[in-house]
Amino acid sequence: MIREELDRRLAEVEEKLIGIERTRDNRIYLLCDAENVYSICQFLFDELALRFVISSGVDAEHCFEVLHHFSADACGCVVTVKAFIRDRAAPEIESITPLIPGAEWIEREMHDILGIHFKNHPNLQRLILHDDWPQGVYPLRKEVQL
Amino acid sequence: MSETVRKSVLAVGPFHPLQEEMEFFQLTVDGETVTDINVRLSYNHRGIEKLSETLQFDQIPFLVSRICGICSASHPLAYVQAVEEIAQVEVPERALYVRTIINELERIHSHLLWVGLAGHFIGYDTVFMWAWKYREPVLDLLEEITGNRNNYGNVKVGGCREDVPDELKPKILAELDVIEQKTEMLTKAVLDDPVLHARLKGVGILKKDDAVKFAVTGPTARGSGVDIDVRHDDTYAAYGALDWKVISQPEGDVFAKAVVRLLETFESIKMVREALRKLPKGPVAAEVKEIPPGEGCGHAEAPRGETFHYVRSDGGNRPVRHKVRAPSYVNVPSFKASCIGEHIADVTLTLAAVDPCYSCTERVAVVDGRRQVVHNYASLLQLSREKTARLRKEIGAPEMKLEDL
Repeated sequence: MIREELDRRLAEVEEKLIGIERTRDNRIYLLCDAENVYSICQFLFDELALRFVISSGVDAEHCFEVLHHFSADACGCVVTVKAFIRDRAAPEIESITPLIPGAEWIEREMHDILGIHFKNHPNLQRLILHDDWPQGVYPLRKEVQL
Repeated sequence: MSETVRKSVLAVGPFHPLQEEMEFFQLTVDGETVTDINVRLSYNHRGIEKLSETLQFDQIPFLVSRICGICSASHPLAYVQAVEEIAQVEVPERALYVRTIINELERIHSHLLWVGLAGHFIGYDTVFMWAWKYREPVLDLLEEITGNRNNYGNVKVGGCREDVPDELKPKILAELDVIEQKTEMLTKAVLDDPVLHARLKGVGILKKDDAVKFAVTGPTARGSGVDIDVRHDDTYAAYGALDWKVISQPEGDVFAKAVVRLLETFESIKMVREALRKLPKGPVAAEVKEIPPGEGCGHAEAPRGETFHYVRSDGGNRPVRHKVRAPSYVNVPSFKASCIGEHIADVTLTLAAVDPCYSCTERVAVVDGRRQVVHNYASLLQLSREKTARLRKEIGAPEMKLEDL
C-alpha cells in the first residue's frame, strides 16, 4: 500500500475522529474519544492490515491517553491512534486484545502502572506489579514521585 | 468417590534458563505434550520508563543502552531518532554511516551468539564453541571504535560521539573477511547436516497468520514468511543507500529462524563493507540546543526485531513520557501459538528460537503431577540432547567432534 492510498483509506474513519495530526510525512496521529478506539483499531488491523506495534499509556494533565501505535510497513508509516480518557477518577477504555492477541501484555501493563481499566480484556491480571503491591497505587502516574 | 482431574503443570522459572529477565512459564502438560502455557514476568522490572522522566534528554541514551547489553546500539538509536524527529534535527551524513556500521556489527555478533546457544541447547556444543569464537573479534572491533565491547554509548541526539577512524578501516575489512569465511563454514555445516534438519525442521512452528496476530517482529516474523524489516520499510541511518536484501523464510519452524539469522549475518557483513567504502567525510554530530514540545516515534531494527521508542516533550529538558518496546515483548507471547502441541523436549528450543535476551540464571523445575516426576534444568536439557542423539543414531550420522572444525 502506497502512502497516498493509506491517506485515502484513513479518510474512511474520519467521522469517528476528533482530528488527524501529521508530525512528518510518515507519522500520522488519529485523535479520538475513548469509545471509538475499538472500531478504529479494527479498521486499521483488519481492513488496512496494519501491524500492531505497541501501546503507550500517558498520564496527561487533565486526562489519560492511550496511544495504540500501528505500522504500515509497506510504506514505512507509523499510524498512532490516540484515545483520550477524560474520566480521571475511573479511567476505562475498550480492550483491543480480543481483536489483536499481541496487545494482551501491554494492556495488562497499562492497567498495572496507570490504573486504566480495559473492558472485555480476557485476562486482566497483574503483569508488571507483584501480587503484594498495594491496591490503588499506580507507579507511572505523575503523582508518584521517585 | 468423585474423581478429581489433576492437571500436570510444568514450571519453568521464575529464573528462566534462557532469558536475561526472570520469567516464569507454567506449561500445562499431558504426558510429554504441552497443552497450555501461562507466563508471569517482570521480576526484574527496572522502571526505566519512569527513570527516563527524571533524566535530561542527553543522559537518556546511556540509560536505554542498558536495557539490553546485546541490543545496546539499537535502543539508543531508536530513542535519538524519536527525539531528532521532535527537534527536526538534520544528522550529518557521516554520523548516519557510523550508526549503520555499529548497528550491523552488533547484529553480526548477536546472531552468532544465538547460533552458538541454539547449538548448545540441542547438544551441539561444537557449534557453540565455533560461533562464540568467531564472535569475539567483532566485539574487539566495537571496542576499538567505541571504547566498549557492549553498552557502546555511541549515539547522541544529533549524531555520534565517536567516529570510525579511517586508519581502522583495513583492520575491520580484514576481520570481516575472516568472519565471513567462518560463518560460511558454519552455515554449510548447519544446512547440510541431516541431524539438524531432523531435529529443527517442523519444530515450534509459528504460522504466518499467528505471526501477524501476535505482532511479532524481526527474525521471528521473517522466519514465518512475514518480510518486515524497519531498515527497509522505514529506512533510517544509511540503510537506504546500501545494497542489501531482506531475508525471509516461509516455514516458521526453528530451522527457518536459524537460516534467517545465518543469512542475515552475510547481509550485515556486506553492509559494513559497503558503508566503510562509502563513508563520507565530515563531522559526526550536529549541534542540538533545545528540544521543543512535541512527540516522536523512533524505531530501529535490533538483532531480535523492531525496537520502538515513543518520546513526548513539553519543551523542558526532560521527556514527560518515554515508552520503550523491546522486540522480545511481542515475540515472547507468540509461544502461545508455537509451543502448544509440542513436546517438552522441544520447548526449550522453541523458546530459544525467538532469541529472547539471554543471560541465564538456570533454575528450572518440572513437576509432572501424574507421575510424580521432578525434572530440573539439567534434565530438561538432557531431554533435548537425547532427542538429538536419538535422531543422529536413526540417521546414522557420525558424532561431530571439536577437532573437525
